[in-house]
Amino acid sequence: MVTVLFYILAGLAIACAISCVYHKNPLFSAVSLIGVFISLACIYLTLSAPFIAVTQILVYAGAIMVLVIFVIMLLNLDEDSPHTNLAYLYGFGGGLGVLLIGQALFVFYAVNRAGQKSVESTAAGQTSSIGKAMYTEYLLPVEIVGILLLMAIVGAMIMSRRLREPSVAASSEE
Amino acid sequence: MEQIVKTIFPFVVIGVAVFLAFQGVLMIVAYTVLAERKILGWIQGRIGPNRVGPWGLFQPFADLFKFIFKEELAPDESTKVIFYLAPLVALTCALMPIIVYPFGPEIKGSFDFLPYGLGEGITSLPLTIAQMDVGVLYVLAITSVGVYGIALAGWSSNSKYSLMGGLRSSAQLISYELAMGASVIGVVMLAGSLNLSEIINAQINSPFKWFIIPQFIGFIVFMIAAFAETNRVPFDLPEAETELVAGFHTEYSGLKFALFFMAEYVNMFTVSVMCVTLFLGGWYIPGLDLLARTIGMEWLFGAGTIGYAVVSHVGFLTKIFAFLFFYIWVRGTLPRFRFDQLMNFGWKFLLPVSLANVILTVIVVFILNR
Repeated sequence: MVTVLFYILAGLAIACAISCVYHKNPLFSAVSLIGVFISLACIYLTLSAPFIAVTQILVYAGAIMVLVIFVIMLLNLDEDSPHTNLAYLYGFGGGLGVLLIGQALFVFYAVNRAGQKSVESTAAGQTSSIGKAMYTEYLLPVEIVGILLLMAIVGAMIMSRRLREPSVAASSEE
Repeated sequence: MEQIVKTIFPFVVIGVAVFLAFQGVLMIVAYTVLAERKILGWIQGRIGPNRVGPWGLFQPFADLFKFIFKEELAPDESTKVIFYLAPLVALTCALMPIIVYPFGPEIKGSFDFLPYGLGEGITSLPLTIAQMDVGVLYVLAITSVGVYGIALAGWSSNSKYSLMGGLRSSAQLISYELAMGASVIGVVMLAGSLNLSEIINAQINSPFKWFIIPQFIGFIVFMIAAFAETNRVPFDLPEAETELVAGFHTEYSGLKFALFFMAEYVNMFTVSVMCVTLFLGGWYIPGLDLLARTIGMEWLFGAGTIGYAVVSHVGFLTKIFAFLFFYIWVRGTLPRFRFDQLMNFGWKFLLPVSLANVILTVIVVFILNR
């Protein structure tokens, strides 16, 4: 049952990912990416990690992709046409892809050699255990990430203010 | 045979539960629309719909059939796939939270009367479809995905009114989601759980019985954010008729429009359920089991019996209807905000207040638990 579900969801995720990369319309790509996130969240659910699944939807599908779609809607982008002057990037991307597939295969190989070690403890996915781990064992990384996000917010505010000032000055000159 | 029945039985139970819950919610939603038209009529000194059936009681069905038989139109310049996808996304995201609603208390008792030994080892019947450990977060996550229905509808219609409506609505939903999430944190901290049933149990065991008393600020913030999240008056800027025709669903007609319409009212129901569950004790009526014990009717409606579940469920629905009535009342009373007022209010007043509430709750909970 769970295996069948896994194959359906994994297939869905891969199909959405391929359509995300290959679609010429940026909005279709963004919608496909949301599909990837939701399929991944469902896979987390079948692995009895409901908190991570919900967080995946809340953060990636609910917040980040909304901003991406917002930008696409505001910019009113045309369909992508292939840039002929960037042809060398195809080789670069292909190389990276081969590297990633190699890494995935290596992980499969290593896991198979080490023998099946299934993670049975369902407590790892529960909210309270994640909270405890975040604020005891991994407190320093959490705080560093917090400071990083704060810096990003302050930076974004400064950037948007600086962009606005010349236009205000221009309008007052008129 | 026995084996087959035993395998299928859980699926049948869940299927029946899902059918009952969805059917019930959709019927309530259909009659909310009628109630809205009636009450708005009374507020404005009109009669309201009264032609279809006695008191206009069959109006929702008449509306539904009208929507089904209307011609389906899609603008030539629209992006067809997304244009058809958007209403489905909106309604799906509106309906999905139904599975975690706590409709009533557990019914305790033995289920040995079921054939083939199906009731073996079962001692209680919860009136919830899925006991999710992260119920509150699940509802917030699904409603946040619901933004896509509106944003994509606005974009794919390829019309300036729709686009402006979609943009406004997504900006509004993102802004008020923050305040809503922050106002829920206080309740979660007091209850110590994200499971909706656990939150109700925590309220029963707390000295206040209802979390509206210790979390009054959170309740007010949640209510205001709920109005904004469901795009209702006074925050109905995405479909402000005087400036945007009908906002993001200007280009929609027939059943596709009906899906958006239904999604809006199901969302209203969802935020009412959340508000009742988090702040007003859900299905819990204070003193009901005490009353049963005092007058010696514990066999009929003491805690855990079917009678108790029925009375509690009726109490749950009554609280929700009170909220739905409040929604309609506000719609008949208040004018609409301006868009900059809406943004200023959300970011500069509501969010700081809810964050202050979180910090206050942290301090109080810390001192009490020391």
